[in-house]
Amino acid sequence: METLVNLSRLQFGITAMYHFMFVPLTLGMTWLLVIMESLYVVSGKVIYKDMTKFWGKLFGINFVIGVTTGLTLEFQFGTNWAYYSHYVGDIFGVPLAIEGLMAFFLESTFVGMFFFAWDRVSKKQHLLFTVLVAIGSNLSALWILIANGWMQNPVGTIFNPITMRMELDSFWSVLFNPVGQAKFFHTVCAGYVTASIFVLGISSYYLLKKQDLAFAKQSFRIAAVFGLLATIAVIIMGDASGLQVYKVQKTKLAAIEGVWNTSQAPAGWSLLAWPNQDKRENNFNIEIPYAGSLILTHGLHGSITGINELIAENKQKIIRGRQALLLLEQLRKTHNNSPELVKQIQAQAADLGYAMLLYKYTDNINNATAEQIDMAAMSTVPNPLPLYYAFRGMVGFGASFLILFIVAVLLSNNKSNIMLEDRTKFLKFALFWIPAPWLASWCGWFVAEYGRQPWTIYGILPTYQSVSSLTSGQLAFSLTGFVVIYTLLAIVEIWLMLKYAKLGPSSLGTGRYYFEAKKV
Amino acid sequence: MDYAVLRFIWWLLIGVLLIGFMVMDGHDMGVGTLSPFVGKTDSERRAAINSVAPHWDGNQVWFITAGGAVFAAWPLVYATSFSMLYIAILAVLWTIFLRAPAFDYRSKVNDVQWRSLWDWVLFIGSAVPPLLFGVAFGNVILGIPFHFDDSMRLVSDATSPLSGFLHLLSPFALLCGLVSLSMITAHGGVYLSLRTTDDLQKRSKRAALIFSGLTIVLFALAGLYVVFINGYIATNLNPNGESDPLAKTVVVASGAWLNNYANYPATIAVPVVAFLGFLLSWIYTRMNLFGRAFIFSSVGMAGVVLTAAVSIFPFVLPSSSSPSSSLTLWDATSSKHTLELMLIAALIFTPIVLTYTSWVYKIMRGKLTAAKIEEDSKAYY
Ligand code: HDD
Ligand code: HEM
Ligand code: HEM
Repeated sequence: METLVNLSRLQFGITAMYHFMFVPLTLGMTWLLVIMESLYVVSGKVIYKDMTKFWGKLFGINFVIGVTTGLTLEFQFGTNWAYYSHYVGDIFGVPLAIEGLMAFFLESTFVGMFFFAWDRVSKKQHLLFTVLVAIGSNLSALWILIANGWMQNPVGTIFNPITMRMELDSFWSVLFNPVGQAKFFHTVCAGYVTASIFVLGISSYYLLKKQDLAFAKQSFRIAAVFGLLATIAVIIMGDASGLQVYKVQKTKLAAIEGVWNTSQAPAGWSLLAWPNQDKRENNFNIEIPYAGSLILTHGLHGSITGINELIAENKQKIIRGRQALLLLEQLRKTHNNSPELVKQIQAQAADLGYAMLLYKYTDNINNATAEQIDMAAMSTVPNPLPLYYAFRGMVGFGASFLILFIVAVLLSNNKSNIMLEDRTKFLKFALFWIPAPWLASWCGWFVAEYGRQPWTIYGILPTYQSVSSLTSGQLAFSLTGFVVIYTLLAIVEIWLMLKYAKLGPSSLGTGRYYFEAKKV
Repeated sequence: MDYAVLRFIWWLLIGVLLIGFMVMDGHDMGVGTLSPFVGKTDSERRAAINSVAPHWDGNQVWFITAGGAVFAAWPLVYATSFSMLYIAILAVLWTIFLRAPAFDYRSKVNDVQWRSLWDWVLFIGSAVPPLLFGVAFGNVILGIPFHFDDSMRLVSDATSPLSGFLHLLSPFALLCGLVSLSMITAHGGVYLSLRTTDDLQKRSKRAALIFSGLTIVLFALAGLYVVFINGYIATNLNPNGESDPLAKTVVVASGAWLNNYANYPATIAVPVVAFLGFLLSWIYTRMNLFGRAFIFSSVGMAGVVLTAAVSIFPFVLPSSSSPSSSLTLWDATSSKHTLELMLIAALIFTPIVLTYTSWVYKIMRGKLTAAKIEEDSKAYY
């Protein structure tokens, strides 16, 4: 069982990370294409049309694998998380279905028009198609992050012992869940940053090679301005996400910050430390006084609850939840659906999930030993070390992007004698930094998802309970298959991307650009 | 609204989504299946592929949305079917993956081998999924070995995963797979005849005639087969009760999947529509009226999907090892609140989707010829 759970986690994590190689670029590129095409429609200059088409080609190469990897995730809840799908499908399925109806249809129908309808409709109509693709992809992010936000902060739901699942109580709470909102804005802005660095870096390459200078400079300028705005937004929304974590996920927060014992207000903020889970303390810790309260609560009066206190609190929840779980087991075994028993269970259901953590250590909840209860309580806080560094990695990358884009904006508006293409050091750095936003996003997802452990639905359904009844052999088979197929697809994708990026706008076959002009 | 009425509406809506998937994704899978055979030159194959190039991605969303809607409306069906048919679902996913890059990457490199490689990749990605869908449907009709324990955890009763997988490939299931592949190929052939010219059109027309004829024969065979397999009969179902699949009793009887037709003779119209659809499609194809032929192959496919649904009604996922764990449309749905909410969403968005889909097809209408593609090579796949 343990192996099965770990393999299922690994498979979900790996397939989600692959998906997120392609998603952020799609999210940002669509808006960059909208900007470029709007400039074309307004100014009528053909260079903007070529820009839209060329960057659109790269977008297309990326998009198709984004679609492909998304398919897996849509069905993976059923294939690998069957108990999860049963237990929360009543709520979780809703945003997923609406995403398909409202967002994927829009995005995928008009992406075909973006590529193939250039000569069939007016300029303005084509721009409309591009805008619809951008809206569609961003709406898809909205719905999936409402779903994901609900997993982090499960609001608007009630337990039904007869159907043995969580059921929808208030759709509006699910929709306006502050965690989902913060996640949406933070994540789409991360996508805008990613696409901006992508365009900036590749344009820098043309500037370094001194090919298609006018085209590259214009692209560089658009990416610089859009990227700067997006980076500022990502930082503001990251801060907002942090506030939400502080409010609703104390265990994740304590782990991210490496706080073992509650630090009273005004709390410090750890700049560098080495959290050690075995010893339950930090090997060393350099702290900035006051900063913790300031960052996390925007004031000086917030304290940070430590891991040790949280474990003690959660132990009480396990003990309380056990009463409800025993009643529930009785109801399920005897099929005694009497309204009184149902009411009684619902009244105590708040801590039901905590008692389910015990299933990992014993099948017999009634006779769980003190030691088993302690182990379950300890498991309620994830290992701080990787979270601590993944979080600081993301924030560090964010700071680097801010600097990068400030410099880029200054350079691209520079009226002095030194031309943009002669700033070779900066251009090389921009090219070299292309992978960084992906690393930042992966860090972010790791923080969000690993930080939620041991839960799939925070406080309600343990990851250990969520899996399908499969065998480890089946998982080993599927995991290998996914890795092999995805790696092959990624290799082809990256190879094509490099080929077309090197070729530049000459790939459009208009006869106006570098490699074609040379051939003549 | 009554819980029972809502549940029935959702049974219909899932049917509509499946039919939408068959009609929309079906014709581009049919095109992908046929293109290596009907296109003799690179330009001909490109003409075939480009007849669906602007639309395949939008059409694939029928598949995704059907998955999402089953998740939201029938969470237990979603969980059970996908985890119990694990290896088969993986095979569907892994082959469906191939379609997107095959479309988009094929013409990105000007090399004969590269292109012919992607032609075959597209063929696999287009032909295998419908075959497997049919096999999966066949297995649903036969019943899948699973049961629920006290905490509603799903347990597989297959002896081992591998033998469980091989068991899926029983003769009846394979026959259903062939029905599905054959009807999608016919449908794709009709669509290609509509959108192409000259030799390509002639070959597509021939394929359409062969496969719509074959579909009629195979579908009739499957119908005969059903007389001899086990069907399920449920008692003390409560269409207005909570979704607890363990509360009913079920008996198994050979040929019981035909009971609905005996009890409600009007339902015989459904398989009749399936036959008539493909027959009329065949006739109109002969007469070179491909637009009408396309409409009737769509009707035929709707008839086939509904025939399967009506035969096993009210079941949607019978269990062969523990019949009372079977899932029916009355006891495997979401809560009333969720069904209501999703109904509103479906009523708002489905018409919008249908409207812009037809707009987009209208913009891209017209014949594609090999000559057109060669003229403006960079603008096409
Ligand atoms: C923040 C954004 C985001 C996140 C967190 C996810 N996705 Fe995604 N997904 C997109 C943003 C996106 C997108 C931008 O809309 C994609 C990516 C590239 C693309 O082509 O569309 C997409 C494509 C995509 C597709 C193909 C859609 C089509 O054909 O148009 C499916 C089925 C999914 N996704 C499903 C999922 C599931 C089940 C996820 C969670 C477990 C998930 N995605 C996470
Ligand atoms: C918006 C949808 C989601 C996205 C984008 C997403 C993304 C991710 C990412 C990037 C990881 C990798 C973290 C790591 O390195 O471990 C991950 C891990 C994981 N996810 Fe999600 N996830 C989503 C929804 C879900 C859902 C619905 C489930 C549950 C069924 C889930 C369960 C898991 C599990 C169990 C892991 C492994 C955690 C670990 O061991 O670190 N995720 N997810
Ligand atoms: C610089 C300041 C930043 C701060 C303070 C910040 C803060 C956060 C926090 C607190 C989370 C966890 C939310 C949760 O667990 O629910 C998170 C997640 C995430 N971050 Fe950041 N972040 C920053 C920069 C970035 C950058 C630059 C990127 C990428 C370009 C990025 C991408 C992500 C992603 C993809 C996630 C996962 C989705 C989510 O939970 O919202 N972040 N961030």
